[in-house]
Amino acid sequence: MAQFDVRETMRLGLLAGVVAVTVSMVGMVESFNQRDVITRYLTLGQLLLFTAPVVAGFLTVKRAGDRSWRALPNGALAGLFAALPIFALLLLTLAVPTIRQQLVNVSPTLIRILTFDNGQLVGGLLMMAAMGGLGLLGAVVYVVPDRISDPISLAVGWTLLVGLLSEVLLNVLRPLLSREVVRFLFGTRGIQWQTAVIIFLILAIAVFLWRNGGRTYYQRIPRQVLHWLALALAILIVWIPRDFSWLPPSINPLWIKIGLTLIPLILEALLFFSTRSATQPALVKSITDNQLGRARLASRYLIVLLILPAILGVYLTEVVDNIGLFILMGLGLNIVVGFAGLLDLGYVAFFAIGAYVTGILTSTGPLGVAGLSFWVALPIAVAASTVSGLILGIPVLRMRGDYLAIVTLGFGEIIRVLAVSDLLKPYIGGAQGVLQIPKPVLFGFTILQPQHFYYIILAGVFLALFIAGRLRDARLGRQWMAMREDEDVAEAMGIHLVNTKLLAFGIGAAFSGLAGSIFAARLGSIFPHSFALLISINVLSLIIVGGMGSLPGVVVGALVLVGLPELLREFAEYRLLLYGALLIAMMVRRPEGLWPSPVRRRELHAEDDLAMQEPA
Amino acid sequence: MALLEVHNVHAYYGNIHALKGISLTVQEGEIVSLIGGNGAGKTTTLRAISGLLPPRAGYITLQGEDLRRYKAHQLVSKGVAMVPEGRGVFARLTVEENLEMGAYHRSDRTGIAADMKRVYQLFPRLEERRRQLAGTMSGGEQQMLAMGRALMSRPSLLLLDEPSMGLAPVLVEAIFQTIKEINKAGTTILLVEQNAHMALQTAHRGYVLQTGEIVLEDSAHNLQQNPVVQKAYLGID
Repeated sequence: MAQFDVRETMRLGLLAGVVAVTVSMVGMVESFNQRDVITRYLTLGQLLLFTAPVVAGFLTVKRAGDRSWRALPNGALAGLFAALPIFALLLLTLAVPTIRQQLVNVSPTLIRILTFDNGQLVGGLLMMAAMGGLGLLGAVVYVVPDRISDPISLAVGWTLLVGLLSEVLLNVLRPLLSREVVRFLFGTRGIQWQTAVIIFLILAIAVFLWRNGGRTYYQRIPRQVLHWLALALAILIVWIPRDFSWLPPSINPLWIKIGLTLIPLILEALLFFSTRSATQPALVKSITDNQLGRARLASRYLIVLLILPAILGVYLTEVVDNIGLFILMGLGLNIVVGFAGLLDLGYVAFFAIGAYVTGILTSTGPLGVAGLSFWVALPIAVAASTVSGLILGIPVLRMRGDYLAIVTLGFGEIIRVLAVSDLLKPYIGGAQGVLQIPKPVLFGFTILQPQHFYYIILAGVFLALFIAGRLRDARLGRQWMAMREDEDVAEAMGIHLVNTKLLAFGIGAAFSGLAGSIFAARLGSIFPHSFALLISINVLSLIIVGGMGSLPGVVVGALVLVGLPELLREFAEYRLLLYGALLIAMMVRRPEGLWPSPVRRRELHAEDDLAMQEPA
Repeated sequence: MALLEVHNVHAYYGNIHALKGISLTVQEGEIVSLIGGNGAGKTTTLRAISGLLPPRAGYITLQGEDLRRYKAHQLVSKGVAMVPEGRGVFARLTVEENLEMGAYHRSDRTGIAADMKRVYQLFPRLEERRRQLAGTMSGGEQQMLAMGRALMSRPSLLLLDEPSMGLAPVLVEAIFQTIKEINKAGTTILLVEQNAHMALQTAHRGYVLQTGEIVLEDSAHNLQQNPVVQKAYLGID
């Protein structure tokens, strides 16, 4: 039997308590309390507060490694210890009623949350009991067999996530469901408890069945059936009634639906002929089965992506547009940092240059110089960013690592300071920015709504993904990676370091300029404060979180770091705190990122790799 | 005409005068070894020849052609390949990708494939590990990879910097055996070593460096017999 170390229990419990008190005292609990996860029963603030004792209880028994029921009291003990700092805080508010002058965030509201509305003493004891119980719960999760605890904890996690994102769901589902159903499922904020129970049960049962034999049944279903099911689902999504009011009046939504349905069906037909018919059409012959299979899969995602703005509505499309711009920037910075290994902290500068060039060339206001159309200004803006990328590249050719980071950081600030400066005010407007940037016009139709910009951004992202992917596998990509690994050796292999570095800076900057150009047209006006250092840090963080050097990683990172804070507005104030916490957690638990490139994963999990090879 | 001639070369790291007038020659088909203690300038000499540290005075010729005109990355196509100290494999690329990098400046696919085969024959261990990341291999395997990678550029002159560093004695033996094989197949080799014993057994001729100057030059056999060399570098009293 494993020995329990009371001091370890105390350490973990108090640590959890300190975390709980800290998030309370910085005001997170109070402001997150505005958002219900489950209407009237659980707020995000409470969730934040109560996660700490559960984790403490879980870790305490896990460290001791005892899976018998005797371990449970230790979990409860850890929970009680976790409550102590909170209890101390409550006593402090009793002893020093004026404490709020020092600790601004210790408000009456916070105390009400912490005491369940019961006054400091009674409430404090209640809180202790609750936390003890939650610690016990954490221990139970570890003690019961994985077979049972895995489905339950997974289902709880997803249910809470659905509750958090209830607004998004409501937005998407509202046009489809009757008012009564919506009212049954969703509260004013968050999901109703019935919904939570339903989701929890479905998920728990599904995961339980999957883990206990369901997987083998699933694998026995013929691939063809799954294929057709996926296709049917994608087409169903296209045909569900939607709001198409943003479409140009000359286009009938019906055509779009028919068109989107035909794309995958034509592919299916091609595939059918290529395998069945003895006399293959010439077109099909030139395409290998593998390529066709991939196109088949891609067509399903593509039609859903193309119909997405109609599903999401104005607000969510706006969020997606933002994510898209960050994906564009992320793909560019990924070339510089991920592929070529050059740490660039001033990346926002190229975004700014792209935006300002577009603004000045197209603006109809006093600052506009040319009155060009967006489509003419766009390539000029991209070219200007590329050139400035090269110009930044030249002086920093000999710098590596930290020094490079410092210089690029300075470059980003120089551009921002120039933008607000009086020196350039007659040309780019100083703090007042560039106004009256006209919306792009395409075939006589003005691109105005977020839904319209969605397609421009989508096209940009696809183009950038394609270019980045091809470059990575090309000679240039190899050059970048060799340089990242060891500059001297790369040079000794015959790689021209100057060209290679400048190309990385230039191409990386071009992507950012493209994003900046679209950004300017979308907003209609640009101001220097849109180009703060924070953007560079954001883009770099999303690459790190997604996985350095990985293209799908950029997309995942942007969804997590840009999408989530937009959807959970309460997060905005604590964005940097959460970024910091997330980055630390990533470095400790998953340094390769959420969706790493295969090489990165192999590098950081080399032992697993070797272990797999050795027995052979 | 010698394959490589180094004429009175002076090189500096900032203000530090690292090479104080080095002159040496390497004939076609030879193995020449540079030996000497720490800081004698052995590695610096190789860096000067491969263009990574251009000399401030003196000149270096390869087959009579002055190398000062070329940058480091251009020298590869001139036939100079270097295996850097501490091996310098691209840790995050696979073995095969590392070898492909060695043939970076070439474009003849069939020739590259043939050379790849030749490297795998020379180092069967590398073929077994083709898909493994170079950084996860043992020191000896990385040394083999670095040498194989250098051979992929079809060099006329191979510069080896401390190939025995950090390797087990049995591996050192094997590596030097391979160096001899590579030489027999027609590649000229300039070798820098602290392990003077192995170096002089393998090489045809040798130079002894001390604080940036050449103090002795002789055939490897004579150097082994030289009492000064024996005392200072071979540990024989």
